[in-house]
Amino acid sequence: MGVLQLLISGLANGCVYGLIALGFVLIYKATEAVNFAQGDFMMLGAFVTLGLVNPEYMGIPFWVALPFVFLIMGVLGYLLDLIVLRAVFGQSQVAVIILTIAIGFIIRFVVGVIWGHEPQSLQSPLALGDVRLGSLVLGLADVAVIIVTLLMTVALWQFFQRTKIGLAMQAASQNQMAAYYMGIPVKRVQGMVWALAGIVAAVAGILYASKGSIDPTAGFIGIKAFAAAVIGGFGSLPGALMGGLIVGLIEPFAARYLPPGYSQIAPYALLIAVLLFRPHGLFAQVRAKKV
Amino acid sequence: MRFHFKTSYDQDINLFIDARKAVSYGLLVAAAFALPFVIDDFYLGEATNVLIWAIAGLGLMLLTGQTGQASLGHSAFMALGCYATVLMIEAGVPFLLALPLAGIITGVVGALIAIPALKLHGVYLAIATLALAILADDIIVLLGPWTGGVNGKIAPDIVIFGQALNRWSNPVEWYYVVLVVTIIVTLFYRNLLRAPMGRAFAAVRDSEISAQAMGVDVARTKTIAFGLSCAITGVGGAFMGMFAGAFNNETFNFLLSIQLLMMIVVGGLGFIHGAFLGAVVIAFLPQLLSIVSDTIGGGVAIPGLEAAVFGGILILFLLFEPMGLYGRWLKIKVFLELFPFARKDMFKRQKSYLKTERLR
Repeated sequence: MGVLQLLISGLANGCVYGLIALGFVLIYKATEAVNFAQGDFMMLGAFVTLGLVNPEYMGIPFWVALPFVFLIMGVLGYLLDLIVLRAVFGQSQVAVIILTIAIGFIIRFVVGVIWGHEPQSLQSPLALGDVRLGSLVLGLADVAVIIVTLLMTVALWQFFQRTKIGLAMQAASQNQMAAYYMGIPVKRVQGMVWALAGIVAAVAGILYASKGSIDPTAGFIGIKAFAAAVIGGFGSLPGALMGGLIVGLIEPFAARYLPPGYSQIAPYALLIAVLLFRPHGLFAQVRAKKV
Repeated sequence: MRFHFKTSYDQDINLFIDARKAVSYGLLVAAAFALPFVIDDFYLGEATNVLIWAIAGLGLMLLTGQTGQASLGHSAFMALGCYATVLMIEAGVPFLLALPLAGIITGVVGALIAIPALKLHGVYLAIATLALAILADDIIVLLGPWTGGVNGKIAPDIVIFGQALNRWSNPVEWYYVVLVVTIIVTLFYRNLLRAPMGRAFAAVRDSEISAQAMGVDVARTKTIAFGLSCAITGVGGAFMGMFAGAFNNETFNFLLSIQLLMMIVVGGLGFIHGAFLGAVVIAFLPQLLSIVSDTIGGGVAIPGLEAAVFGGILILFLLFEPMGLYGRWLKIKVFLELFPFARKDMFKRQKSYLKTERLR
């Protein structure tokens, strides 16, 4: 494998991490809570698509199924906020962390019961095969992943900067009480953020499933996405994507150049190094809290 | 309803609030010591398991319940405590010395790790410790020559005063060893809460800014809390590994620390009783589930069922009883004591509104 090839596959992996990290950051920006179930959301999104698209289940054409997937995941995200998370509104962050971890366990169990624990592959038009450029072999899925991720990030960034809802989401995250006084329906806005995070997770899931097979434990790559989000700095959308790309790039190069056994450690070692030297990430926007 | 007439300030920090409490806890300890005469070896093993979980849970409770910091990395410290104890025993250190030494080593390592991590916001700490738990798994494999890697290690017998206690052939003696350690840890914990350090923990948990204003060194307090918490959990981990008989990197998977965190939430965050009640739940839930699935599902094992049921229980607790099992007991007790004057909102907590800690 050439260096360039490592680079592309690393970038593609990194984009998936980056998209999951985007989900974390979205929710963190809006509710100052961290959704530890985002990786499992991603896995659920992939399985919902698989259930709709694959011939052995419902066999709906991919592009027809896509809006339904987004709808299902968006509604699920909104309902999760409405039923579960709104009840712990105003409680400590520890409660939310534990709650979302528990939700992750349940998602994993439900997916295992419905679709089984065997790895399955999604019949995705993105997983078409390879492109040959001289000696370079690129997976078409890898290229598609990179492009979709870039589009997604730009769209989200514009959404937060330009649209009324996006601004309302930012306001609600900075000061709930003040936002409420300004006439922003804080709770509904937070529900919308969860719905948006569900949709982003669905995109990440489809891209992940296009690159290979998927099984209910795939949600654990959410942990790598955490590393990505922290490296980029929680609270920064471009930071999350950059963090994802860094983690994605480190993996294949560490696997190639480091002795076996050390390569899995590399992303976490980087995470800890970043926490030591730049505790709020490479794209930080934190200052000490003032009374 | 009993009233306590206070005649000195020291009365506020008495170990037991009155003689009745002292007698009832004394009876509880006596009952724990009498347990081997009542139940058979299988259930005694289960009781030992409950106590081991309770020790580990007390460790995390000190950090999460008292100091308000969530750690998802305590499985790493359980592993450290376990490997340290077993390696020292193999090197010829007597068990009675190896166990506290392992606790101290784990505590020191924990405190060193905590120094950078605790400067961070709560969420960052949770993620950093989660990364640590995952790293621990890989590091155990990399340190194969000492730790046995994926092949793991066989736990040696506990030797106390020349008596070798095997986990399988001496369950009663094993139970007593764990029980005595549990009592020591519990007393230590209780006394810590009465000391200025314990008060500082609670201050940091309730508001870091207020604690700082009152002259509490927040970073130092958190570091000490993390160290002590790791030390206690390390002792619990040592017992857990030796109780399992054999252990490897998988024994101390990062899911273990999540289980531990869930356990103390179900039991009741911030209460010593909570660690014990949570330990009972976590030790008996698998048995209960296997009995239920045997009778209903014809013995078909569903992977992930245990974690899902536990997750479900946890969500229900967080939604309807955030104070856990012990909180529910407190409410029932108050209701009975004040009957008919107890009101629904007596335990209601004030909602806080969120202001970001990221400023732009």
